[in-house]
Amino acid sequence: MVEPRVITFREAVLEALFLEMHADPNVMLIGEDVGAAGGVFKQTEGLFKTFGATRIIDTPISEPGAFGMAIGAAMAGARPVFEVMFGDFMTLCMDQLVNQAAKVRYMSNGRASVPLVLRTTMGTGANLGPQHSQGFYAWAAHVPGLKVVVPSNPADAAGLMRAAIRDDDPVLFFEDRMLYTAKGAVEADIPLVPIGKARVLREGRDITLIGIGRMAQFALDAAKRLAADGIEAEVIDPRTLVPLDQEALLQSVRKTHRAIVIDGAPRSYGVTGEIASIINEDAFDWLDAPVMRLGAADTPVPISRTLEPLWRPDAARIEKAVWTLLS
Amino acid sequence: MKQTTRKAAAPGRPEKYPPDWLGMHRMMLLIRHFEESVRSLATAGAVPGLVHLCAGQEATNVGVIAALAKGDMIASHHRGHGHCLAKGANVFSLLAEILGKDAGLCGGRSGSMHFIDLDNGNLGTNGIVGGGIPLAAGAALAARARGGNEVFVCFFGDGALNQGLLHECMNMTAIWNLPVVFVCENNGFGEFTAIDDVTAGPSIVARGEVFGIPSKMIDGMDVRTVFTTTQRAVARARAGKGPSFIVCNTWRFGGHHVGDKQDYKMDAETKRWLARDPIPKSGKRLIAEGLTTAAKLKTLEAQITTQVRDAVDRVRNAPEAAATRLAEHVYG
Ligand SMILES: Cc1ncc(C[n+]2csc(CCOP(=O)(O)OP(=O)(O)O)c2C)c(N)n1
Repeated sequence: MVEPRVITFREAVLEALFLEMHADPNVMLIGEDVGAAGGVFKQTEGLFKTFGATRIIDTPISEPGAFGMAIGAAMAGARPVFEVMFGDFMTLCMDQLVNQAAKVRYMSNGRASVPLVLRTTMGTGANLGPQHSQGFYAWAAHVPGLKVVVPSNPADAAGLMRAAIRDDDPVLFFEDRMLYTAKGAVEADIPLVPIGKARVLREGRDITLIGIGRMAQFALDAAKRLAADGIEAEVIDPRTLVPLDQEALLQSVRKTHRAIVIDGAPRSYGVTGEIASIINEDAFDWLDAPVMRLGAADTPVPISRTLEPLWRPDAARIEKAVWTLLS
Repeated sequence: MKQTTRKAAAPGRPEKYPPDWLGMHRMMLLIRHFEESVRSLATAGAVPGLVHLCAGQEATNVGVIAALAKGDMIASHHRGHGHCLAKGANVFSLLAEILGKDAGLCGGRSGSMHFIDLDNGNLGTNGIVGGGIPLAAGAALAARARGGNEVFVCFFGDGALNQGLLHECMNMTAIWNLPVVFVCENNGFGEFTAIDDVTAGPSIVARGEVFGIPSKMIDGMDVRTVFTTTQRAVARARAGKGPSFIVCNTWRFGGHHVGDKQDYKMDAETKRWLARDPIPKSGKRLIAEGLTTAAKLKTLEAQITTQVRDAVDRVRNAPEAAATRLAEHVYG
C-alpha cells in the first residue's frame, strides 16, 4: 500500500485527472476557462501546461454545441471529461445528454458507446442563489443510460473520477463546491473506486443514515453528536446513484431497523423517495418505523444569508430527525 | 433621481426635444458611485455570493436606456446594476436586494444576479449567460400581439455572442420584424478568456448582418454616440421595421467579479481604457458646451455621494430576509 496523504477534495480529483490523462492519450478535458485560467475554482490547475491545447480545450460559452461535440468525440474514440461550470447550466446540455448520450448504446444495438464524463459543481453554502446552486443528479438518474456519481470525500471523489473516465458509458459526476476544501486521506496511487458500490462511513446499530454527497458528511457530524447520547448511527454514502448499491443499504437497515435518507436537493420526486421505496419493498419486515426522508425545500435556492441555510438539511436537522424517529 | 426615460415618441421618429445630456451624466455618476459602494461592501464581506460590477460600462448602460421611452423594456445580464438603475430602480431597493435583505425588491431571494423589476420595465438581471435575450424578444412578441408600440432591448456581453440562443433569437426577431434592439456590451473578456480566443470571424457585426439586421459597432465609452445610435435603432423598431444590433466597445474597470485578481489583463491596455473613462469625458464636454460648470458638477457629485451613502447606511441596518420568505412565491 502506498502511504496516504491528507489532501483536499479538489486536489484529489485533480490528481485523478492527471493520472488518467497520463495513462490514456484519448482522455481530454473540455470546458469554459479550464485551460490557461486553470478553472474558476482552480479545479483544473496545471493540466493545460502539462497536456496542452489539443487535450485541454477552452470552449466559448456555447454549452449545447460544446457538449454535443464531446458526445461526438466520445463516439469517435476520445474519452472526454466535459466540465459544466455550475450544475445549473447543465440544463443547456439537456437535449444532447438525454436524447443523444444516454441512448446511443441502446439505439446502436450496443455497437456504439459514449464514454464521457460530464463533471459539474453544485451546492449551497456560498449564497450563489437560484441559478448557481442546483444539483440535478435526480434528473440525470431518471434517464436510463446515464450513470450518476455523487462523492462525499476526497478519496472517493478521486477514485470515482478515475473509474468514471474508464467507464464506457456516460457518467455524470457531481461535485459539491463546499467540499472542495474538505481534506481527507488519499493514497498516492489513488485506488479506483468501483462505480456502484456504497461505502459505510461509520458503523452503528441503532439507525441507518443514508446521505447523498455532502449530506453524508452532515450525517457523520450528526452521528458524532448522537454518540455522546448513546445513540450509534450507521452512516452510509451510496456514492453512486446509478447504479445504486441497494444491497448495502438493505443490509444496514436489516441490522438497525430504522432509516433516514438525507438529500440536499428538493425533496419531492427526488432521490430520497426512490431509496425509501426500495427499503420499503425489500426490507419492510425489518423496519421498526417508516423510512424518513429529509430533503431540501421545494423552492428555488434563495441567496439571502438567513434563507439559504433554511433551504436544506444540516447536521442539527438530521440529529433532530433521528430523535423524532427513535421516539 | 431624475428619470432619463421618457414617454413614447411618435413611431419611427427619434424624439425631437434635446437629449438630456446632463441627466445622462448624472445617471452615470450615480452608477459609478453605487458600484464603488457595492465593491466596498463586498470586500468587507457584506454581500452574499458573487457580484459583478459594471464600472467602466456606464456610457453603454445609460446611453441605451436614455434612448428608450417609459413603456419600453430591457433584459439585463449578470453585470446589470447599471441597467437596473438607469431603468429606474430605486437605489435602496436594489442595494438591499444585492445584500439579500428583507427590504430588497425581490425579498432578498435574488441578489445582484436575479433582480427583476417589471414596474420599471426591467425583465431582470440574469445568472445565465444569454438568458435574457429571448425574454426581451418574447416580450416584443407579446407587445406586437396586443398592438403596442414599445421597444425591447436585450443587453448581453461579448461572451453571449457564442450562445446559439442569440442567433436563434436574431433570426426569429428578423423574420417576424420584432421591435428589438440587441446590445452587445463588448468589454473584451468573458470571465478570464479574451474574446478573440473564443470568437471566430473578423466581424462581430456580421453576426447581425447575416440575418439582415442593421448592425453597427460603436464607441461604448461615449454616452452620446451610444445614445444617438440607439435612438435610431429604437425609432426603427417602433416604426415596425424590425430589430437592430449594436456592438458597444467598452471595458470593465474591475475584475469579472469582486475578488478577481485580473492577471489576464495587460497593464498597458487597462491604462488605455482607463484614460477613456466615460464620466470625465462627458463632464468636460458638458462644461465646454456651457451646460454646466465645474462647480455644479462638484455639487452634483457630492449630492450623489450622499444619496448612495444614505442608502448604504439604511441597508446596513435593515433586517435580513425573514424566514417566511423561503417558501413564498414559488407558485401564484
Ligand atoms: C450559460 C452560462 N454559462 C456560463 C456561465 C458562467 N459565466 C458567468 S459570466 C461569464 C462570462 C460572460 O462574459 P460576457 O458575456 O462577455 O460578459 P462580461 O462578464 O464580460 O460582462 C461566464 C462564462 C453562466 N453564467 N451561464
